[in-house]
Amino acid sequence: MTAIKNRVTSEGFKHYLKSLKFSLYTMRRPLDGFWDLIHEKRGSMAAAHTIVVLYVLVQIIYLTQTNFTFINIQMETFSSFYVVLNIVGPLLLFSLANWCLTTLFDGKGRISDIYMGYAYAMVPQLIIRIIITPLTHIVTFDEIMILVLLWYIGEYWFYLLIICAMKQIHDYTFGKAVITTLLSLAAMGIMVFIFLMFFAVVSDGIAYFYSLGQEALFRIRRG
Amino acid sequence: MVKKFLCAFLVAVIFIGSFPVMEISATGPTNYTYTYNEWNNPIPSPDAYRVSAYILGQHLYYNGESIGQWRSPQDLHVWQGYVDNIWRNLLYVVDSGNNRIVILEFYGENNSEYSVFNIIDHVIMPDGEPSRFNAPHGIYISDWAFNRGQIWLADTNNQRVLHVDENWNVLTEIRHPGNYRRCPDSDGVVFIFDPGEGPSLLDANSDFLPSKVAVDFSGRIFVQTRHVNRGLMEFDRYGVFAGYMGAPPVDVSIIDQFWRFIATQEQRERMILNVPVEYNNVTIDHEGFLFVTTSSVGVEPVARLNAMGEDVMIRNGFEDPIGDLWIGIGADRSGPSEFIDVTTLSNGTFITFDRNRGRLFAYDTQGQLLYVWAGPGNREGFFTSPTAVESMGHTLFALDGGRGDNLSALTRFDLTEYGTLINDALDMYHRGLYEESYDIWNEVLRMNGNFGLAYIGIARALLRQGDYLQAMHYFRLQNDSRNYGRAFGFYRRIWMEQHFWMFALGLGILMVVPPVVKKVRKVRREIMES
Repeated sequence: MTAIKNRVTSEGFKHYLKSLKFSLYTMRRPLDGFWDLIHEKRGSMAAAHTIVVLYVLVQIIYLTQTNFTFINIQMETFSSFYVVLNIVGPLLLFSLANWCLTTLFDGKGRISDIYMGYAYAMVPQLIIRIIITPLTHIVTFDEIMILVLLWYIGEYWFYLLIICAMKQIHDYTFGKAVITTLLSLAAMGIMVFIFLMFFAVVSDGIAYFYSLGQEALFRIRRG
Repeated sequence: MVKKFLCAFLVAVIFIGSFPVMEISATGPTNYTYTYNEWNNPIPSPDAYRVSAYILGQHLYYNGESIGQWRSPQDLHVWQGYVDNIWRNLLYVVDSGNNRIVILEFYGENNSEYSVFNIIDHVIMPDGEPSRFNAPHGIYISDWAFNRGQIWLADTNNQRVLHVDENWNVLTEIRHPGNYRRCPDSDGVVFIFDPGEGPSLLDANSDFLPSKVAVDFSGRIFVQTRHVNRGLMEFDRYGVFAGYMGAPPVDVSIIDQFWRFIATQEQRERMILNVPVEYNNVTIDHEGFLFVTTSSVGVEPVARLNAMGEDVMIRNGFEDPIGDLWIGIGADRSGPSEFIDVTTLSNGTFITFDRNRGRLFAYDTQGQLLYVWAGPGNREGFFTSPTAVESMGHTLFALDGGRGDNLSALTRFDLTEYGTLINDALDMYHRGLYEESYDIWNEVLRMNGNFGLAYIGIARALLRQGDYLQAMHYFRLQNDSRNYGRAFGFYRRIWMEQHFWMFALGLGILMVVPPVVKKVRKVRREIMES
């Protein structure tokens, strides 16, 4: 018990809580917030991980618990794994792609900084989803515009935060931040393409050698 | 000892009980009926229609002789009315390969007896000469008051549409609109119009191959012509070409518009406005709307056109009426359904015939799929090359125009108990008698728990009765968001009214408590300070 108490009151944990709470500040004051996040060390990787995990949980609840009027998923085909993939995949890919790109264009951010910035930028979407999910059980199909409005607010807020985060993390001008963000989206596409191609080639290769082995065995057995 | 016996007994009971009671339900032949559920998965369904007669030409006799096999028959038309002062139910079969029209008469209980009423292979021209048919493909017999019983025949290879009276005397002969047309006036004089009068949109050098024909209540004649991809050809009641109708509006994409913008005038003229639609059939329903089917890409496969040629079909089903939703490749068939014909019932249900897989699709007035049955094959109730479907009351006739011995057949389908129930319920439901249809829908559900429309019917009845929570439950089962929203809206209002005290109390507390707290604090501070 005392151990936990020590932990809870320890400096590290206090910083973690503070950095988690700081996500609400970056949401409201993105330019100031994302500068302090990296350069004043007011954010932490632990908090970023927490936000990602929370986002995954909220997304699963959002997809499954929303009233069927608005999101209707056949539960037999629902898989939480794909939800995780849909969230963590873009996050990691973007971090990598953006880092690869910005190191060439003298960006200041490290890969962990980009990860942190992306994670902190997801907070408004997370909050909007928490609001929307119970709201869908109160509004009818004809009042869908309320939800659509909220949803789009969350979406565009996220885009804005990403641009701000990239600007402050890499110490760019606004235009450069927009351009590098768009370029890293393209880079993500290329990475996915290469990844898929690599897998297709490898699986074809394996299948080829496997069938070769089968053939050999077959002939040996037949004598 | 007793324990042992008890144990043995129990084991025996469990053992015997674990075998399902073998109950062989004698359902007889099935037509592989299915429907699509709310997730668009195909679900088996009881038969709504079953084969009640399989009519081959060689089994029919006229004047003591067999009339011989059908040879790729192409069209059907049902006409019910008085002939020789007797009410007759006549079915006209256009026996295209034999260049004849076979008229079957149905009589007796449930119209289950039939015999050949007449065989027509020529018409009498206005000058008294007989004129034989050459591969006729379509027929229409008017049921409208002012020209009841008159017949229009698409005599395809003779390149003409014939308008004949009840005794097969030609009244008008519609020829290639680019060439000439003639018609007798009241004195019996034949007019010959100059070529080129009226809009001559059909190239004079191309063949005029009328294939299907329909006539509306004002006497306008709609001809589906082969190799014409601008919709239906419309003629006025005297056979004068009036133009094309029914082609869907052209959706010009932004890219096309861009090219058009930068093109020169000459180039622009050479560009073709392309939304080719070649209808393959035309029918008129009981309200005078045209039903057309097509297998053209990018066009609704079945459409209901108003007098202006605009598509007014209601498409409120889970999916639009496009036929099969699962179009996997199997049995040498692939691709989407290709509708070849459509027929309507008096309650607004329409039935389309899929040429690709030989299936019949029944849709209600809202465009909601009811059931699908039949399939490809050359046995009773299956089709090799479907050509036409027609309804006589609730009885259906489907025509197979397969080439080859015994492949052409006329199949008669009659409603089963299940189909009758659905039709009864739909009749009431579409007249707005939701409460009355409640019991019938329940009966339908008893026979087929997968029939989605029944749940919606029940939910509507419940909604009407004010049982909102239960209505919501039934709408939920069918993923019917819009109607669920309506039921929920009512439920929410009542809930709010019943729980208004909670809101009032909450508001009251919010309004009363802070000032009181403030006051108390102030008083306390004053006491402390003093």
